[in-house]
Amino acid sequence: MRQIQLNGEPRGVTAATISALVEELSLDPRKVAVERNLEIVPRSLHAKTPVSDGDRIELVQFVGGG
Amino acid sequence: MTDIAPAPETWTVAGRTFSSRLIVGTGKYADYAQNAAAAEAAGAEIVTVAVRRVNLTDPNQPMLVDYVKPDRFTFLPNTAGCFTGEDAVRTLRLAREAGGWSLVKLEVLSNTAHLYPDMVETLRALDLLIKDGFDVMVYCTDDVVMAKRLEDAGAAAIMPAAAPIGSGLGIQNEVNVRLIVEQAKVPVLVDAGVGTASDATRAMELGCDAVLMNTAIAGAKDPIRMARAMKHAVIAGRDAYLAGRMLKRMYADPSSPLAGLI
Repeated sequence: MRQIQLNGEPRGVTAATISALVEELSLDPRKVAVERNLEIVPRSLHAKTPVSDGDRIELVQFVGGG
Repeated sequence: MTDIAPAPETWTVAGRTFSSRLIVGTGKYADYAQNAAAAEAAGAEIVTVAVRRVNLTDPNQPMLVDYVKPDRFTFLPNTAGCFTGEDAVRTLRLAREAGGWSLVKLEVLSNTAHLYPDMVETLRALDLLIKDGFDVMVYCTDDVVMAKRLEDAGAAAIMPAAAPIGSGLGIQNEVNVRLIVEQAKVPVLVDAGVGTASDATRAMELGCDAVLMNTAIAGAKDPIRMARAMKHAVIAGRDAYLAGRMLKRMYADPSSPLAGLI
């Protein structure tokens, strides 16, 4: 279990990579963007990017706005 | 016979050409289905969208992109809720990753009561975004001098607020909007403040290239019908602007001949 900050909240996750994390959370990787420790993680690198203890990860999507 | 329908008219921002001059927001609708129907009724080609954290407690919530589809509309990601240049850059980098678009709407707010932009911070954010490769349409005050500063700094479009966001008060300073239009070499859009169809028409009569609105449609009793009204309003205003209005005069001038009266 890794302890990370996910969207501003502490959370324990089992995923070892960003791809696995997105899957663990039942999200569609085509519809979310990922930031890890203030750096964008391009979709092409999700599978190669590790999730480590203490990581600050943001998962965002488009919502309605003006 | 002269053309009843003139040749299709387009406008271009950052190398992208559009025929619809009405950009609509995607906030404040009853649901995403109504939102999509309103965008269609408005004839919009561009919709603004916001970037927000995914709801992790309910990943099965409806998603905007399942209704207002990115293959049907050009998404214009905004920086609503950002108060610094760094926040804006961070948000739009995420937007670019989520959708791949470099055309964005910058808004750096100052105060949540009136939602007018902090123009000093906006100008700084614009510079950061341009260095990062974005084409930036800038929400701004209707300050003529600041509009020129934005253009000189490389803004792709100048988008003055006609009145506070969501107020529906209509264009508060027509003189400034017109002066901004006259000096600008990039598109000028009224962004925010439109309340009803005549406000949109007026913006176009002043020579704006397009109008951006959200609450005027979403907040109407019948949003779909108002979306259609706005579509016609923008077309009417643009046509009136191009047609060139008659001169105003103080006294009457009869339309029927005075000669030949019985």
